[in-house]
Amino acid sequence: MALITLRDVTIAFEGVPAVEHVSFQVNRGDYMVLIGENGSGKSTLMRAMLGLVHPCAGAVRYGDGLRRNQIGYLPQQTAVQRDFPASVEEVVLSGCINQLGSRFFYGKNLQRKAHEKMALLDIEKLSGKSYRTLSGGQQQRVLLARALCATDALLLLDEPVTGLDPGSTQELYGLIRQLNREHGVSIVMVSHDLHGSMADANKVLVVDRGVSFCGSIQEYRRQRMEGMVE
Amino acid sequence: MGRFLESLLSTQAKGHRGRRAAAIALAALIVIVVLLASFNFKSLAAAVQEAGLYLQYRFIQRALIVGVLVSLCAALLGVTLVLKRYSMIGDGLSHVGFGALSIAASLGFVTAQSLPDFLPQGLRGSIAGLCGAISASPLPFTLVVVIALAFLILRLNEGSSIRGDAAIALLSTGALAVGVLVTSLTSGMNVDVMNYMFGSILAMSSADVILSVSLSVVVLVLFVLFCNRIFAVTFDEPFARATGTRAGLYNMLIAILTAVTIVIGMRMMGTMLISSLIIFPALTSMRLFSRFRHVLISSAVISVLCFVIGIMLSCLYSIPAGAGIVLVNLCAFLVFSLVGRIRS
Repeated sequence: MALITLRDVTIAFEGVPAVEHVSFQVNRGDYMVLIGENGSGKSTLMRAMLGLVHPCAGAVRYGDGLRRNQIGYLPQQTAVQRDFPASVEEVVLSGCINQLGSRFFYGKNLQRKAHEKMALLDIEKLSGKSYRTLSGGQQQRVLLARALCATDALLLLDEPVTGLDPGSTQELYGLIRQLNREHGVSIVMVSHDLHGSMADANKVLVVDRGVSFCGSIQEYRRQRMEGMVE
Repeated sequence: MGRFLESLLSTQAKGHRGRRAAAIALAALIVIVVLLASFNFKSLAAAVQEAGLYLQYRFIQRALIVGVLVSLCAALLGVTLVLKRYSMIGDGLSHVGFGALSIAASLGFVTAQSLPDFLPQGLRGSIAGLCGAISASPLPFTLVVVIALAFLILRLNEGSSIRGDAAIALLSTGALAVGVLVTSLTSGMNVDVMNYMFGSILAMSSADVILSVSLSVVVLVLFVLFCNRIFAVTFDEPFARATGTRAGLYNMLIAILTAVTIVIGMRMMGTMLISSLIIFPALTSMRLFSRFRHVLISSAVISVLCFVIGIMLSCLYSIPAGAGIVLVNLCAFLVFSLVGRIRS
């Protein structure tokens, strides 16, 4: 069974549809890339998958043991975060918020988990550092570690390489590939960077106020050669 | 709770540099204040002795207890509000508080005879009684109004074409106009109104003190308990929402706690100056500290220290308490900025 299934989803803002009649599913182990132009509705679709916006028609269903609050999310960075006084440890630990339940403070277990994820992403030595003093690539690693605290099944990444230099971009793609192949984390990524992001993907979704293509990477390349899709 | 304290201590031990810088900054601040205090031809010993005398007065004790608690609440909430880019919400809510206080005061002029004749006699009597009660103890009434308006500001922010700073400015000037109008139509601009505007440590009745102390303890407890969730919602609201945190609920909590803090504090600090209690300690701490928890602790410490120093100066030199506290806060900010500059 699929982790997330979207069936005939339509989302509108103030009566104006952003995406219409979208159907697709994300399976365990998938590495899916959502591409499309600005304003094509990629980010809206991602927000619908997270339950942040509600479709006015159709349904978003979670399956295979996945719960709505167990999705790791790497949002685009905001201006607030760039000068936010927080240590790396505090930021990563805040990913465990969905496991707090009715407790108020993070216990030993959750702290251990946060440190495991920091070790996995090789940022443990930054643990006490201030988030705002880190480089763009390091900040993305921190946010990735936070997302991994929330899930080990599915990561949703919203344009993760925006603003990174080429070296950090390659590093981040390498990390995401490693998480997908070695740790079995399913990936859904919104991206502008076609070539970089598609190198590792097994599924491509072209969004243009609806789904104009959904299929394997090979199929996408073939159809593109024939000029059938953008 | 014990675990929380333990982790608090352990993370603090790592931040030696920050702590040393903070210690230097605080010491410099105290030296400056002492110099300022002794400047006015009073010897320091005499000043300390005089402060000790003032401490025996009942109204000073009240002001100190309520003030320390309000400073704590304001400092903690301030960190979140400043980071959420909501610095002006305190200012807006305090003006709303002024409007509500003026209305409450003017209700004292309502008598059974002044109400329209078509109302039955009994109803007129009870309305007049209610108005009299509100005007005699205006704090609960003000509290209700300000909390309601805090909700409204949040609503305006979420789903309307008037956003953020504009929504706050709209409500704040609107409420101020209502307040000024109501007072000039009833009692006129008298000493009471000046007290609302610029604060007075004499303004607290003992019923007010009990209400203020219990409310600020509630605010502090709620803030500490929900500290982690408030951090998550402040740092990254979309992520918090996506992982199932009810961000709207916590925004509401922050707004209510802020409203309560403002109403309790505005009698002493004054409408015009109460929002400084929210903004200054947070900004000052952020000059030197770069961890959320350290910023919280340092804000709390700075806020309480500045309050105590400010109110003592206000007693010794008969200056308005609110203005004195704000100026001490400003000194602290400048000293911390300077130390921050030098360190980097």
